[in-house]
Amino acid sequence: MKIRVERDGLADAVAWVARSLPSRPPVPVLGGVLLDAGADGGSDALTVSGFDYEVSATVGVPATIADGGRTLVSGRLLADITKALPAQPVEISVDGARASITCGNARFSLPTMPVEDYPQLPAQPDLAGEVTGEAFAQAVTQVAVAAGKDDTLPMLTGMRLEISGSNLTLVATDRFRLAMREFSWSPAEGLADAAVLVPARTLADAAKSLGASGATVQVGLASGDGLLGLAGSGRYTTTRLLDAEFPPYRQLLPAQHTSRAVLQVSALAEAIKRVSLVAERGTQVRLEFSEGTLRLSAGGDDEGSAEEELPVDYEGESVTIAFNPGYLVDGLGALHADRAELTFTTPNRPALIKPADENGDVVPGYLYLLMPVRLPG
Amino acid sequence: MGRNAALPAGFERFRASGESTPDDTGCGVLHVDMDAFFAAVELRSRPELVDRPVVVAGAGPRSVVLSANYPARRYGVRSAMPVGAARRLCPQAVWIPPSRGAYSEVSRGVMAIFRDLTPLVEPLSLDEAFLDVSGALRRLGTTPAGIGALIRERVAAEHGITCSVGVAGAKFVAKLASGMAKPDGMLVVPVAQTLTFLHPLPLSALWGVGKKTEENLRRLGLDTIADVAKTPPDRLRRSLGTALGEHLHALANGLDDRAVVPESEDKSIGAEHTFDVDQHDRALLHRELLRLAERVAATLRAKGVRGRTVSIKVRFADFRTITRARTLLSATDVARELHTTAVALLDEAASGAAVRLLGVRVEGLSTGEGGEQLSFDTPAPRWREAEIAADVARSKFGAAAIRPASLLSPDEG
Repeated sequence: MKIRVERDGLADAVAWVARSLPSRPPVPVLGGVLLDAGADGGSDALTVSGFDYEVSATVGVPATIADGGRTLVSGRLLADITKALPAQPVEISVDGARASITCGNARFSLPTMPVEDYPQLPAQPDLAGEVTGEAFAQAVTQVAVAAGKDDTLPMLTGMRLEISGSNLTLVATDRFRLAMREFSWSPAEGLADAAVLVPARTLADAAKSLGASGATVQVGLASGDGLLGLAGSGRYTTTRLLDAEFPPYRQLLPAQHTSRAVLQVSALAEAIKRVSLVAERGTQVRLEFSEGTLRLSAGGDDEGSAEEELPVDYEGESVTIAFNPGYLVDGLGALHADRAELTFTTPNRPALIKPADENGDVVPGYLYLLMPVRLPG
Repeated sequence: MGRNAALPAGFERFRASGESTPDDTGCGVLHVDMDAFFAAVELRSRPELVDRPVVVAGAGPRSVVLSANYPARRYGVRSAMPVGAARRLCPQAVWIPPSRGAYSEVSRGVMAIFRDLTPLVEPLSLDEAFLDVSGALRRLGTTPAGIGALIRERVAAEHGITCSVGVAGAKFVAKLASGMAKPDGMLVVPVAQTLTFLHPLPLSALWGVGKKTEENLRRLGLDTIADVAKTPPDRLRRSLGTALGEHLHALANGLDDRAVVPESEDKSIGAEHTFDVDQHDRALLHRELLRLAERVAATLRAKGVRGRTVSIKVRFADFRTITRARTLLSATDVARELHTTAVALLDEAASGAAVRLLGVRVEGLSTGEGGEQLSFDTPAPRWREAEIAADVARSKFGAAAIRPASLLSPDEG
């Protein structure tokens, strides 16, 4: 193999692929990136790929191919090297068991790993539909915030993706909060309704990196193979679906409320962060709602205490309800709105947070459901 | 351990041995003290040194002896002695630097054995504690000396070190007795013979008598505890001050009504169990974790605290020991939650290797201040209520009264 490629394109491609590689690969080849310069020499692009059986990433880079071939080198190392190269064309050649990289006056020689030990990359699943990259990335980010991080409960580390005609619904929950986003997309012709569970963190990473390029994202689904595919701007990823049952969540969504507040998101989030400075990690911030005023307080006699008052549009009886401040701020941040509507019934029942417009009316499409903290005594 | 050091004449009759035990009726207080604790812990891994003088001490020029085994003590080496002095007394001793963590780990294990038998455990340091066993006798179906013997057996079997036990009706008598029982022995002071036991002893045996007080007492012409007991309290008050005078007069007459006060503030609460035979069976290990979680949760609730961090300890057949911890989203005192977490930790940490010891511990304790983060599937309040109901039943009818069904043995089913 002998090729020449632009430094920036190569560095971006390798960095993007290497991001999805495991930091501690169970076998060394899975920590590698595959450089494929069309073994038959007939192609004019270098394909950079990574795959660890869970996630695959593939991207093409324009290249001048003198001699086709495939080679496998350490992904981390190649990413570090390409990032540091000067802005000059890069030559990559493979001779025996070593790959050499030349750029300007810099030369690197890397050991290669056996290509024949590398797993077959999964084929990109059939197209299920399309959505703008930016909208998709935002929706995934809004929902991923509620996904569980505890691997002992795998079904909660996933994001449920429900396809119902031109409606796409994303949901995630870690048992303490639930985020749900509904939006419309362009489904592929004849697509059947489906629901799958995708690892939330992987999906968020992929959506973010594809969304940043601004292009349309193609979503592919191969439920039979347990794969979700995302493609955009010449980048292709697949993610293995989680084989777990997502908890029945629709029944959690409250049908009614007895209290309703509309608040400025940034003012509220800042006030929560301030008063919770005195709350030890994991302890609650108390929200005392009354006509026209929200009083926030945290802490106690031992660790110090803090309080702050905010104006509020409030309908309902005076109520004190407490939350984990981190969860509350997560939810407010995920609204992507200036104002928020907060509705609830009693201090031990879930509260619902939705984005609102200047008139205080709910902007449909997103909700964040949060369980409160039961106060002692 | 060899035969015990000789007791002063007349004290041998207080010794509890396999053949005979003095009358221990009403002797509810036990003082348990590990023998040459740090040295004994070190010798577990270096048994070839058992009969040689061994001293545990730091390497610094100002280090003091932390612990010396009995062969070293024969040369006059004592704890807290400067290293230089100890070296002059016993140049041939084997010097071992202290191992970090090992002592507190053994200490926790030993204290856990005590708490297994009675909740009334007052640790004085890493290696000694008072136990009030009077409330546990009927449940355990034994006598105070029986519990003392059980403790000595379990400490030796589970931790490979020996301890000495004093059994008496009052704290300071029990402490004196354990000191005289050393090493590896047990002394029982029958309540009726408390004074006969105390009176021949020197002044320094009285709790609260240091060098200065001893001099003062000698100036009054007093040499033994009997002398103090016979001195009118007024005279003691005048020369020693009211508080100390009354205190010593009471002690010399065998009166010490201080109760055994369980440790007030715990940093963590845990329980562990050493299997008689190393265990592979997952289901059995999970059941043991449930038993331990139940015990830990009951202690948490009894103390009115909750913990956020659950840790397990696993010692494998080859003595390799690991601990794994996970922090929960909110503090708990519910056995079911502890058990779920402990099982997950065990399954992640341990392959199929044979397990010798399992432990469950809860750290990051807090009192009710922090609220409880509710979850969508919170059945927790009901579990908690069930467990509290079980606590009540257990306090009335003993620990075996109510247990999860999986902890019943097949013949109980």
